[in-house]
Amino acid sequence: MSGILSLAMKLLLGDRGKFYTLVIGITFAVFLMMLMTSMFFGIIQHSAANIINIGAEIWVMDPNVQTPQNSIPMPDYMLDVVRSVPGVDYAVPLYLGAGLVRLENGDYQAATVVGLDDATLFGRPPLVEGRTADIYRNNAFFVVRDANYAKLGSPKLGTTFEINDHRGVIAGIATVPVGSLFGLPTLYTTYGRATQDLPSTRYVMSFILVRPKSPAAVAGIQRAVHALGYRALTAAEFTTRNDQFYEFQTAMGMNILIMTLISFVVGLSIAGETFYMFVLDNLERFGALKAIGARSSELVAMIFYQSLVVGFLGFGFGVLLASGLIAFGKLKIPNYAAVITYQNLGMALVMVLVISVVSAYIGIRRILRIDPFVVFRS
Amino acid sequence: MILTVDRVTKWFGEDPTRTYALRDVSFGVDHQEMLYIVGPSGSGKTTLLSVISGILRPNAGTVTVEGKDIWNLSADDLADFRLHTLGFVFQDYHLFPRLTTAENVAVPLVLRRVRWRDSLRKAREVLEVVGLADKAELPPPRLSGGEQQRVAIARAIVAEPDLLVLDEPTASLDGDTGKRIIEFVKTRILEAHRAIIVVTHDDRIYQFATRIIHMEDGRIVDRAEAVA
Ligand SMILES: Nc1ncnc2c1ncn2[C@@H]1O[C@H](COP(=O)(O)OP(=O)(O)O)[C@@H](O)[C@H]1O
Ligand SMILES: [Mg+2]
Repeated sequence: MSGILSLAMKLLLGDRGKFYTLVIGITFAVFLMMLMTSMFFGIIQHSAANIINIGAEIWVMDPNVQTPQNSIPMPDYMLDVVRSVPGVDYAVPLYLGAGLVRLENGDYQAATVVGLDDATLFGRPPLVEGRTADIYRNNAFFVVRDANYAKLGSPKLGTTFEINDHRGVIAGIATVPVGSLFGLPTLYTTYGRATQDLPSTRYVMSFILVRPKSPAAVAGIQRAVHALGYRALTAAEFTTRNDQFYEFQTAMGMNILIMTLISFVVGLSIAGETFYMFVLDNLERFGALKAIGARSSELVAMIFYQSLVVGFLGFGFGVLLASGLIAFGKLKIPNYAAVITYQNLGMALVMVLVISVVSAYIGIRRILRIDPFVVFRS
Repeated sequence: MILTVDRVTKWFGEDPTRTYALRDVSFGVDHQEMLYIVGPSGSGKTTLLSVISGILRPNAGTVTVEGKDIWNLSADDLADFRLHTLGFVFQDYHLFPRLTTAENVAVPLVLRRVRWRDSLRKAREVLEVVGLADKAELPPPRLSGGEQQRVAIARAIVAEPDLLVLDEPTASLDGDTGKRIIEFVKTRILEAHRAIIVVTHDDRIYQFATRIIHMEDGRIVDRAEAVA
């Protein structure tokens, strides 16, 4: 069989123009699709930054909450209720909201404010400067040194500012695993200070973070919270819910899906069309092979091999190109949200396989109808 | 008999406009025969050649090659029959322009699952026999018409077929080249267990035939005229 495949390869490479068109067409499609889906996965991952960074096992929230950014405040008594649910090891409140920062130079800048439970500081970020206990000092905030840090004028320990007309001072500089999507700097403080200084609604508690006594207790906690008219989600469930919100309830998901489909259709039509032209151009040659004694199955193998070779080449180049561009983007824009995951690699691979197989199928249908008698006709 | 053709009829098209290319054709070919099929253009020679080489299915009649009723074989067996028993030289050569000359000659061996490298070695040997050793690495379009014809012949004989069929092998060659090539084929290929069928209307090469059959309007006329 390998000799026949070498022959197929030589026929394919014989027509340089079509070979390049095929590879470039598939490369382009894979590139587009990889870029689209990587951006999408990147956006989704960053949009779930708070779930990852805070790291609670269970999040209790109002049933209408879709994402960590859009919390619906819950009454304070819910904290005690949740604490009394069987299986709950401990439960702490979390404030997640926005504040308006006035910098020393008079400029305004919106910021995400995370208020951590005063007693435990559960979900606190690791500090690169300052000490954890300093968060209890007057008006103390920790600032996250991420891509948006400079928007607060790159504050140092001791830098003062105003937040919602209250005084604030930087008492620590922190890092987090995943940067925020929304281009806002992040400030951490205590729940007490956050809820005193910032909100204007009657209720202030954004989430209750729960640690179950054991993994087996999770389902019972969820049922109990549900019975109270609230929702308890594991971190993974909350992430999925957040993903689904961006996928299905914003225009983003649909647009990315459409772009991905378009790149698929473009790739398929370029590759399918070119491959069919290639087959038509070589009809006489395949006819001669048939006349000399190639079996139909051998011609089918040749065509599949040819289409898979261009498919995998295009896949390789497309992935290279997309990851190159994403790496470049990350170099230039610090929190450029794009990640190549096994998921989108897999999707692109499936797409390339479909393109290859469909192109091959179109060619094969034509090849199998060749009458080897053509070789006797001039 | 290496080949027996029995009452073969072949028509093209549907009923009212049916044209008969072959009408009730019967003949046989023996080992060591170099049979010529001659006749005017449109008399059915190419059609006959296609039917006996398992490429064009007749409407009636049987073709038996080495005891096998070839039109009762499955598609794969028919392909194997062509691969293992026949060697073809097509009127237009049908060489692969993007392969080298040696690779072209190697194709039947590659299809027979001979390893690529061994196929190429054998192909170069055969190219030496047809006097084209120095052109082995060139693509056919860089060769002259006569040289391409010899490449086609090399490809037809590389797997040592029992039955060699040539369709108008000298149509695009000058007289001398044509003669030399046919003489070469006859002296080098025609061994005890082999036979050659040549379709032609080039009377300059009739001298090499062991027997000539004439065709006219899909029929054999003036049977078995011995020449050589
Ligand atoms: N594929 C075909 N469809 C219709 N008619 C054909 C076809 N092939 C051959 N014929 C007809 O069959 C007859 C014999 O053709 P052919 O075998 O090519 O003759 P020759 O090779 O002797 O010139 C001609 O009348 C030709 O027009
Ligand atoms: Mg003819």
